[in-house]
Amino acid sequence: MKIAIHSKKTRKEGFWFNLVNTIVLTLFSLIIIVPIWNILVSSVSSNAGLASGGLMLWPQGFTLENYTKVFSDSSIPKAFGISVLKTVIGAGTHTLFCAIVAYGLSKSRLIGRRLYTSMGVITMYFGGGMIPTYLLIKSLGLLDTFWVYIIPALFSYYDCVILMNFFREIPDSLEESAKIDGAGEWRIFTSIYLPLTKPALATIVLFNGVGQWNDFMTTKLYITKQYLYPLQMKIYEIIVNSNLSNMTQSGSTDVVFKATTRGVQLATIVITTVPILIIYPLLQKHFIAGMMEGAVKE
Amino acid sequence: MVWPGVIFMVIFNFIPIYGIITAFKHYTIVDTMSSAPWVGMENFKTIVSDQFFWQSVRNTLAISFLKLAIGFVIPIVLSVMIFELKNMRFKKIVQTISYIPHFFSWIVLGGMLISWLSTNGFFNQILMALGIIDKGTNHLLAGNQYWWIAVLSDLWKEVGWGTILYLAGMSRIDPTLYEAARIDGASKVTQVRTITLPLLGPIISLNLILTVSGLLGSNLDQTLVLMNSQNQDYADVINSFVYRMGLTQGDFSYATAVGLGISVVSVILLIITDRITRKLNDGHSVIV
Repeated sequence: MKIAIHSKKTRKEGFWFNLVNTIVLTLFSLIIIVPIWNILVSSVSSNAGLASGGLMLWPQGFTLENYTKVFSDSSIPKAFGISVLKTVIGAGTHTLFCAIVAYGLSKSRLIGRRLYTSMGVITMYFGGGMIPTYLLIKSLGLLDTFWVYIIPALFSYYDCVILMNFFREIPDSLEESAKIDGAGEWRIFTSIYLPLTKPALATIVLFNGVGQWNDFMTTKLYITKQYLYPLQMKIYEIIVNSNLSNMTQSGSTDVVFKATTRGVQLATIVITTVPILIIYPLLQKHFIAGMMEGAVKE
Repeated sequence: MVWPGVIFMVIFNFIPIYGIITAFKHYTIVDTMSSAPWVGMENFKTIVSDQFFWQSVRNTLAISFLKLAIGFVIPIVLSVMIFELKNMRFKKIVQTISYIPHFFSWIVLGGMLISWLSTNGFFNQILMALGIIDKGTNHLLAGNQYWWIAVLSDLWKEVGWGTILYLAGMSRIDPTLYEAARIDGASKVTQVRTITLPLLGPIISLNLILTVSGLLGSNLDQTLVLMNSQNQDYADVINSFVYRMGLTQGDFSYATAVGLGISVVSVILLIITDRITRKLNDGHSVIV
């Protein structure tokens, strides 16, 4: 009898809890999605529409002019090319490099394993900082080269740990029987370990790829040549530089000019972000498992 | 097969750590590491008398601790709420939407913020539609609003992403625990307090440690995008100060000395947080 009373009470409480919960989370989702919608809508609005100042939840004077303007600038497709190259090459080499090291570190018979893992942990929490790293990159002759996007980004101990945890789950018996059949370490790595950990490798490729696509600090720190600029640096130039000069100017004459550039800026932003939003659904299936392995196990 | 990794770490992680000796030298663009003269603590003495350094320290502390106070708790609350959703389809939609902003770079989000916060931007449009203000102002030009802009935009970007680990952790909690609690008449809030939060302890601790150790070193790309001549007094953080001193003005030694200061304080913060979380997790460290 007592139990029945309680469950009735908790059921009623559960109803209100669910209702409030659903309302709050609906509001939360709107706070995330509506401002993004506003950017999309503004990027296909005319200059006059942008300057009108009304609530922008629908295009004001629909036009694709902003987009044609962006694509008429020949440096944008070039920057797009650099972005694609650094993303594909960077994510591929990073993942392979980490996997090779993780394979070695996952073997408990490795001599000096403790030393290497403590070196790795140190790199996760302590670094030389911006200037010593800059001086190193400079003395390696990597300034103003495409390779500065790839080589310093080859390895991350964090990703290595994630892969190590996956490699350790592979039974030793597989490796032993391959050895009896005469397979060497490299053969075992490429024909047993890599194929069996495809989901983990995919996670690292996708995460690192997003990182490469979004990275702009590398360019800002080490690149001065325009032809090596990726899209992110291009937006930085378009947005930050033009706004620095625009915002400090006041006066009614530049309102139209400001609005024009804003439409173009937003179109550039949309173009830069769309590739990520396209691969995002592919990503979503994998990243939860990958993140759990990395953070909770070790 | 570990050699490539070891060599990589020696070159790209440990040589820069050795490079910290620059902080005790007078190193300019024409010098090499060995030719630069030793100056002892002189760079540090100049730093403590530099008002722009202290300004950047103040801004970093204010922004970072606001981010920690707000940005650390909200994802935990949010994940509990998402976890309790009964409608699986709605749950999936909320999660999918909440992760999106994490995939925007700070440059992209910075561009969006410049648009939203501008004189006739979306933020002012909403305020005007609600009748709160009559005429828009550019919020990024108002220095005294900058800390909140920095904190809330970071929250907006990362709050959904911050729920992933917690949600994954919650899905591993044995459902019979909740069943038993419900039969005993425990309310939802009691269930969360006595079952969910204690079992999430290690994940919360790990997150706290990672957040705190990165506290002073963060905010650089956000600052580089959102800072302008009008809000600089409130926007300049230690890292943007280092960037300006070192790479724009070429004072490598001075900038390295500031960077070393951040690293030392960060390691101290890391150790303190580790000690605290060890107590909460029955003496076990969640790092190493």
